[in-house]
Amino acid sequence: MEDRILLAHGSGGRLAHDLVGSCFIKTLANPLLEMLDDAATFEASGRLAFTTDSYTISPIFFPGGDIGKLAVCGTVNDLSMSGAIPRYLSLGLIIEEGLLVSDLKRIADSIRATAEAAGVQIITGDTKVVERGSADGIFINTSGIGVVPEGVNISGANARPGDKVILSGPIGDHGIAILSQREGLSFHTTLQSDCAPLGDLVARMLAASKDIRCLRDPTRGGLATTLNELADKSQAGILINETAIPVRDEVAGACEMLGLDPLYIANEGKLIAIVPAGDADRILAAMQDHQYGRDAVIIGEVTGEHPGRVVMKTSLGTSRIVDMLTGDPLPRIC
Amino acid sequence: MKFITEFRQPELAAGLINQIKRQSKKSARLMEFCGGHTVTVFRYGIRQALPPILTMVSGPGCPVCVTDMADLDKAIALAQVPGVIITTFGDMLKVPGSHSSLQAAKAAGADVRTVYSTTDALQIARENSDQKVIFLGIGFETTSPTVAASVLRAREERLTNYYILSMNKVSPPAIRALLDSGEVKLDGLICPGHVSTITGARPWGEIADEYGIPCVIAGFEPLDVLQAVSMLVGQVEGREARVEIAYRRGVRPEGNPAAREMMDRVFEPAPARWRGLGEIPESGLKLRAEYAAYDAEKNFDIPQMSSAEPPGCICGEILRGVKTPRDCTLFRKTCTPEHPVGPCMVSSEGSCAADYLYGGDLGG
Amino acid sequence: MCLAVPVFIKAINENDAEVDIGGITRRISIELTPEARVGDYAIVHSGYAINILDQKEAEETLRLLGEMIAISEVNEN
Repeated sequence: MEDRILLAHGSGGRLAHDLVGSCFIKTLANPLLEMLDDAATFEASGRLAFTTDSYTISPIFFPGGDIGKLAVCGTVNDLSMSGAIPRYLSLGLIIEEGLLVSDLKRIADSIRATAEAAGVQIITGDTKVVERGSADGIFINTSGIGVVPEGVNISGANARPGDKVILSGPIGDHGIAILSQREGLSFHTTLQSDCAPLGDLVARMLAASKDIRCLRDPTRGGLATTLNELADKSQAGILINETAIPVRDEVAGACEMLGLDPLYIANEGKLIAIVPAGDADRILAAMQDHQYGRDAVIIGEVTGEHPGRVVMKTSLGTSRIVDMLTGDPLPRIC
Repeated sequence: MKFITEFRQPELAAGLINQIKRQSKKSARLMEFCGGHTVTVFRYGIRQALPPILTMVSGPGCPVCVTDMADLDKAIALAQVPGVIITTFGDMLKVPGSHSSLQAAKAAGADVRTVYSTTDALQIARENSDQKVIFLGIGFETTSPTVAASVLRAREERLTNYYILSMNKVSPPAIRALLDSGEVKLDGLICPGHVSTITGARPWGEIADEYGIPCVIAGFEPLDVLQAVSMLVGQVEGREARVEIAYRRGVRPEGNPAAREMMDRVFEPAPARWRGLGEIPESGLKLRAEYAAYDAEKNFDIPQMSSAEPPGCICGEILRGVKTPRDCTLFRKTCTPEHPVGPCMVSSEGSCAADYLYGGDLGG
Repeated sequence: MCLAVPVFIKAINENDAEVDIGGITRRISIELTPEARVGDYAIVHSGYAINILDQKEAEETLRLLGEMIAISEVNEN
């Protein structure tokens, strides 16, 4: 019988201390965390960025990652999208009674590896255990603090007509990889989630040009939703070319089979950048030189027409509106 | 992807569009029956590309859209029976019933699972022998054989916990009812491609003959739809009215006799209520008596409920092609994909959803 | 209605086939198309093959479309 998490593990007593110690403190090993004060204190100067997100994905282990990796990347990326250099993360866990301890250790290891790759430290955390059935295995919340370098001003409202729209790589990998694990939809694929920390990619992009207008990662709702958010915030029109948007064959195949549109499928390791036209090539080159930007491509531009709307030139040569996602993309038969 | 991307080639599309513009002298109203065609038309901006004298109207070929409220309420009621697992295609999850939806029932604790195929539903039945698995049968002739096949498989394996709630329908009676009503004047029909894969060309040939209306069976890629429009325009200009198969790679004139045989073995025609069209005789499918063991209607106590159309909802008229989404006072205001009032907005191939997502004020 | 896609049949095992679309593979039923063979393309709807795709007709259609367009362009000029 494998060891499982018990309610007692969350009650703050000896069992809890041992668990947190063996699973997390030892694994995440950094001086701030090891102080184990009620709060971590540190020096920081400059403009700070602060973000939070909670992760409830199921299954908790999926091709290309797990909930721990996702929890680090998601928050790190939110910081990066505001131009901040990610520094510190908090880690809050709500664990369902009955989760295998070995699974928890696997997640902790994944968090450590991802944090290291992202150049961030987890400096404070919390663990609670809830009754069986009250959480889907484990829920994670991470909050993150980063520092925005001088002269960097990135905001969804900054897009201007003439700017170019860059996408860092193929869309739909994460969403389809997750769907492939869902009971009742089983199909086989070598596709992996694209879950990745993008801080370093963004740093290279900013080194190529400090004038990047907007950065956003197309997570839930996909590329279409994120472009709509940008068009709305900037009150500008966005024009994209369907043929320019990279989609892996497997993603296209799964979408055809299930009646889904890749434009609305979640990504966890991609970004959209809106940049001045004159800087586009330089930024693109910097991206293509990076492991998470190899397939970066210009997919369109910002226009003064149809403000707030995203229009796509289809592969057929005709044009149509691309709206936001509403609800969950459900596989359909019709 | 093979046999998909070749049928999206822009040069061939441009050529077809030019061809259509050249051929088309008479104004003509063409109806695409099938929701899948509605999606293609919207997704590729085909309406905007056609000459203005050609009008395209969407018909009631969206199985979700035409599912009667009372049937949906039945399904939701069944979802709440203890020990029941509802298996359904994703399309049905968010359709609002009189008081609830399958999605809401699921949120309240009902076991409702989305499946891609009846084979998945059968697997769930095998793995949960202590529970009763009900599959919600929706769809037209394309889907009914797959439901029939699953019933035959269940019988072969002696499964005692697999049931069908049949809301399956057949297409030609609905088209006939539409044409009989004389509400919309149609000059041509884009016939459903995959329904025809099963039925063959005969039902449409009969409709072409009896109603004097050109019928072209079309595939679902944009070139397929454009080719069908071109062929319909050809018939309209030549004053012909017959059935033609444009989708030759997917439809044989005789259809799929094996699939039809399986469908006929398990199902028999029955009257069915179509949302927006009312009751149409012989337009639904119910399980034959010898398969009663798999019939949810015969094995569960489903309370009779009164179902009411939401006030202001004109899905019925939209399904019949009499009104468009823009004519609806609720469209985009109280009826949106996030908060759908009627089924035309819920189903991703309903006219209202398609218009909302793709139509946009780009002259759509 | 009727979302159905062309898939490549990689292997057959009695009533089931292993098929491929864009690199995604899935097991589907060929109960409705007993004539299916490995190497065929099938049109699959909700987990069942409903027809064997006629590759010759597919090529013919594309050829006709190309030809028709070429002819009408000549007529235009």
